[in-house]
Amino acid sequence: MFSISRNYKTGFIISTLASIISVVLLFVPGLHLGIDFRGGTLIEVKYPQTVSIADVTADVESAGFSNIVVQQVSDVQLIIKTSAIDSADDHERLIGSLSGRYGSVEELRFDSIGPIIGEELKRRSVWQGIFVCVGILLYVAYAFRNFGDKNNLMNISSWRLSWAALIALAHDIIILLGVFVVLGMLRDLEIDTLFVTAVLTTLGFSVNDTIVVFDRLRENVTRYRTDPLSQNIDRSINETMTRSLNTSGTLLFVLLALALFGGQTVFYFVIALVIGVIVGTYSSIFIASPLLLIWNQKK
Amino acid sequence: MDQLLQQNETKTSTILIKFVFILILAAAAVYLILPSSSLLFGKEIGYRLGLDLQGGTQLIYQADLSRIDPSLHDNAMASVRDVIERRVNAFGVSEPVVQISGDDRLLVELPGVTNVDDAVRQIGETPFLEFREENLDIELPENIEELDLGVLFVPTELTGAHLQRAEVTFSGSTSALNTPEVTLIFNDEGRRLLTQITERNIGRGLAIYLDGLPIVDTNGDGIIDENDPPYAPIVNSAIPDGQAVITGNFTIEEARELATRLNSGALPVPIQLLSQQNVGPSLGQIAVVKSLVAGLLGCAAVGLFMILFYRLPGLLATVALIIYTALSLAIFKLIGVTFTTASITGFILSVGIAIDANILIFERMKEELRVGKTLQQALHEGFRRAWPSVRDSNLSSLLTAVVLFTSTGIIRGFALTLGIGILVSMFTAITITRTLLQIVIRVPAFNRTHLFGVVKAS
Repeated sequence: MFSISRNYKTGFIISTLASIISVVLLFVPGLHLGIDFRGGTLIEVKYPQTVSIADVTADVESAGFSNIVVQQVSDVQLIIKTSAIDSADDHERLIGSLSGRYGSVEELRFDSIGPIIGEELKRRSVWQGIFVCVGILLYVAYAFRNFGDKNNLMNISSWRLSWAALIALAHDIIILLGVFVVLGMLRDLEIDTLFVTAVLTTLGFSVNDTIVVFDRLRENVTRYRTDPLSQNIDRSINETMTRSLNTSGTLLFVLLALALFGGQTVFYFVIALVIGVIVGTYSSIFIASPLLLIWNQKK
Repeated sequence: MDQLLQQNETKTSTILIKFVFILILAAAAVYLILPSSSLLFGKEIGYRLGLDLQGGTQLIYQADLSRIDPSLHDNAMASVRDVIERRVNAFGVSEPVVQISGDDRLLVELPGVTNVDDAVRQIGETPFLEFREENLDIELPENIEELDLGVLFVPTELTGAHLQRAEVTFSGSTSALNTPEVTLIFNDEGRRLLTQITERNIGRGLAIYLDGLPIVDTNGDGIIDENDPPYAPIVNSAIPDGQAVITGNFTIEEARELATRLNSGALPVPIQLLSQQNVGPSLGQIAVVKSLVAGLLGCAAVGLFMILFYRLPGLLATVALIIYTALSLAIFKLIGVTFTTASITGFILSVGIAIDANILIFERMKEELRVGKTLQQALHEGFRRAWPSVRDSNLSSLLTAVVLFTSTGIIRGFALTLGIGILVSMFTAITITRTLLQIVIRVPAFNRTHLFGVVKAS
């Protein structure tokens, strides 16, 4: 039997280190925000022939656009990013500057987002995160309101359970963000609306595993009331281990299919969810449950 | 023991009823999701593809309401929406969306429109309201059908700039029915012009045009275009006081619509383009195929895993999963969920969650079987004991979906399909799987623990 009550320290050390590194990364260099947040224009075009990025950049620049980034999708397909465009004339001018040298382009995608929308999205994302966290905190406290037995030493306040779940959640989110800072550096990846969705979805998922373990713990502390808490925690984690692995496994199957065949628009969204699922399963075992143990030993 | 047996016997009939109910439900769902089912009780239903899948343009505008009295903001927004809707309809876009979001935002979706510069230009223009008088010099062509409706009336100096506001009023005196009317109140300059124009046009029509087209859909084909004859109320007498009243057989709705449009010309609200997103049709088609392939493969992988790991119950869970897919799709079609890459992802993801309930239950059943309980007991205990976990974990996911639903755009779609998925999965994973299992364990050939992935405890 795997004993978390004896091995949790290793997990804590790893998690603390990973969290600290992630927090540092979030400040320096920080997340790469996409045009959804910053405001700006993204245009994806297909050329009739092979093009040079340097030429395209020069053409767009000479048409009077600023903050230009050109990315290559394939030999004939480019993504060009520049500042926000808010008129049809500017849009036509942009297309004109792209079409000049190599013949007229086919416009596959055009997004232009004003800075006001970006600011709003930032604010709303933060509020939604707070709402989900508070919601989960209250829900777990309510769902486990009759945890343990009133006449029993193992009577743990359900608020402890919900704070433990929340700390595990915070851990998951911080690490997920940290990984995306690294991906941002390595793959020039930008954070968009879908990423925020992935983060919030991870919040909902990762608490699932924690709830399942706590639920089993609730049952075990009543059934084996003479056993110490540490033993009941170990027992609960082991009894729910197969379920946790299988559920995460099936979710990963589904996500893998989406990542491989779902297309580029959702690829990093899915990757974010994959990281969320893995970290979430880990933290329900290595963070949430041991926290209960520590808090109850101090008493 | 006798009692227990009896209980089981009565249960058998209940289970069969449930089973029949499930079959009917599944058949109804499968029938509904067929593309050929496009009508339900006379209501049109169909799959709606989002802009990212069928290609098209989304525009977000902000209206500048700073010069409008706060009490009139709602009216002003309604006017802006109406004007833009008119213009969008004039482009001949199928199923466009023009909706107010928040206090001063306007969301415009133009499916299938990928060259938007003209649309953007026309939508952004300030609405122009004008009053035209009959063209007395007109030569009628021999064939009346060749008549150009546009030359019947010629512009006057009176425009929206002279109109202060329009409102729906009721004529209470003439009949007890309170017939709705539309009253137009002009400013000083407008009063002077209106007096002149009405004096010289008594007995003739005074046509009202918005953006160069008749203000209402006069030929009733749902679109306002060049084929609509002018909308021209007859001038009964000269109007000296700057207050014109349009009477007619209005319904309240029609009167309100006319007043809203008059106001859009009277109180022009400048709008600013905040964001535009445009997806070409080729990128959209690729996305549809990719999402479908990903969904099918994901479901197949989950099914295969369940069968390999949980054997007979896994097989039944896979059957339940297929019913789940059909049910969810039927619901999406019924309530008109727009399919986007994000909402399809939400749905596929919910398949992964749907199976979690089954995994929780089956693991529990295995545990009960291992300590030597009968299949009947293990089934009962497995469902009973796993229920709190299933409930609590699904509710926490649902909570997230609800919070995400407060977003706009694609995230809202994702949250909707995820949320519906979670609710439907609670039903299929619990009710359907349980009923199927209860039937199966009554068949002696299946009543063997190794089919449930457990070697019988000695």
